[in-house]
Amino acid sequence: MQSTASYINIADLKASGKALADAHDLPATGGGCGTHGGEGKASCGSSGGPDDMPQEIWDKVKNHPCYSEEAHHHYARMHVAVAPACNIQCNYCNRKYDCSNESRPGVVSQKLTPEQAVKKVLAVASEIPQMTVLGIAGPGDSLASPKKTFETFRMLQEQAPDIKLCLSTNGLALPDMVDEICKYNIDHVTITINMVDPEIGAKIYPWIFWDHKRVTGVEAARILHERQMLGLEMLTARGVLTKINSVLIPGVNDEHMIEVNKAVKARGAFLHNIMPLISEPEHGTYFGLNGQRGPTAQELKAVQDACMGGANLMRHCRQCRADAVGLLGEDRSSEFTLDKIEEMEVVYDFDRRRSYQDKVETERQAQHAAKLEALAATTGSSADIDDGMKVLVAVATKGGGRVNEHFGHVTEFQVFEVSAKEALFVGHRRVDQYCQGGFGDDEQLPSVVRAINDCHAVLVAKIGACPRDELKGAGIEPVDGYVDEFIEKAALSWFADYRARIAAGETVHIERGDASIRQGAYTAAA
Amino acid sequence: MSLKIVANQCTGCSACEPECPNDAISEVKNLFVIDPDLCTECEGHFDTPQCVAVCPIDECIVPLVTA
Repeated sequence: MQSTASYINIADLKASGKALADAHDLPATGGGCGTHGGEGKASCGSSGGPDDMPQEIWDKVKNHPCYSEEAHHHYARMHVAVAPACNIQCNYCNRKYDCSNESRPGVVSQKLTPEQAVKKVLAVASEIPQMTVLGIAGPGDSLASPKKTFETFRMLQEQAPDIKLCLSTNGLALPDMVDEICKYNIDHVTITINMVDPEIGAKIYPWIFWDHKRVTGVEAARILHERQMLGLEMLTARGVLTKINSVLIPGVNDEHMIEVNKAVKARGAFLHNIMPLISEPEHGTYFGLNGQRGPTAQELKAVQDACMGGANLMRHCRQCRADAVGLLGEDRSSEFTLDKIEEMEVVYDFDRRRSYQDKVETERQAQHAAKLEALAATTGSSADIDDGMKVLVAVATKGGGRVNEHFGHVTEFQVFEVSAKEALFVGHRRVDQYCQGGFGDDEQLPSVVRAINDCHAVLVAKIGACPRDELKGAGIEPVDGYVDEFIEKAALSWFADYRARIAAGETVHIERGDASIRQGAYTAAA
Repeated sequence: MSLKIVANQCTGCSACEPECPNDAISEVKNLFVIDPDLCTECEGHFDTPQCVAVCPIDECIVPLVTA
């Protein structure tokens, strides 16, 4: 079931080392994962693990929780805030806003010197042996303070060579830093690219600091765009994996996103992560203060679907805060504040980390094999009535790829798009936990319904009578008949049953409405 | 002539520090300050003061008014 390469082959680019000045003119051929418009076999997401990617890329990213949906259940990452300076201004960012209750990219409570950052990384890696990835991701731009960023990487490479290093950048300084990036063996770089048209860029970036001047307007966006494309091409030519983050801003770059997707794919980006704009007025960003809204769940999904034939699309990003520590969706940073680290006796034990990770890997492979086996037994059962119908289902899971969480305990639903052929992970929906200390909170239920309002069913391990009735009333079917089954198998089985009920006239299929995306990044204690 | 950093506006992001051609900017308790004896408002070096151009906060770096 190995997918063939569907984008520019990194190895080819590496070998030729040529600049791709006119790469955007390359046809956007879709190879093995042509899933334009959502038709055909959707193997393009990074959601499924090893079956979705060429081997050489999978080998590089398999333990990276930010790149592989599957890995994030097994491996942890952390970010250190050593480089708070920035060289551009974005309309979705307010550098003054820093509150410990808030949680979103670019926000951090405590900045660190490179020495403090290294100590923190060693402390966390000793405490959490599945921590395999260290990123420098803001607030600010990691390459606007190259000394601090690379000093941190240099020390870490000496003291903890088993930790993968990555950084994220807006790309303005990137072309000048490619040699340094390669020197420290940083094989993953994230570039935030929101446009490939400077006219659109001017609506997103009020200014950049460039060549000792503050440059504004279309000129600023043009320089930024050129630097981003050049930097991406240079990284690809050097064999560095690049992920592209794009902030989806309705009315500004939503229709344009497919062009961004094509441009970055043509230049060798291996993953494209399209994220919803976060723009609450209280954040004080230009967009937040001027009424620019974020996308709805369906608007985000429509753009992601339209881009699926391009670079591999990432759907599991939870937009964690810049100093996050732990598994995706969990933040243990409060256990590792400066004061606490100072008091810790840190012994970096390679062997202990290695043996723990070996155990994780064995467990993970067993899980993956079991899932494939379960799916093989399921597929084909309802393919005879495939008329292209697709619905969304929300799933309550606490991990392991199974339907195993109580409805009332969910803080984040996984959403799958189900057809007769397959169940495809398409994203997360964060919600406020419905069940607080054993009692359902009636205040929370409407917000839960809003978050999954585009779903036809919600698969749970258990659900109380009250929320069950309310969900039914809202047209969402609560399903507790597939407890502990693998999600894809459960979803396909439910779908076959749903189709059978429609055929028997017991159920009428009605299209669902839209759903809202909860603002702010995920925190475990939210 | 010199500039000053308004303490309650400064986020401590450090963007200004490496841009100063006179090494007049330093960190004090997580915020940054300009040494008025060293600051020339970049005259002779650049067209505009570099710290003002790079600072993400409007009205954070202003002319120092001496009594």
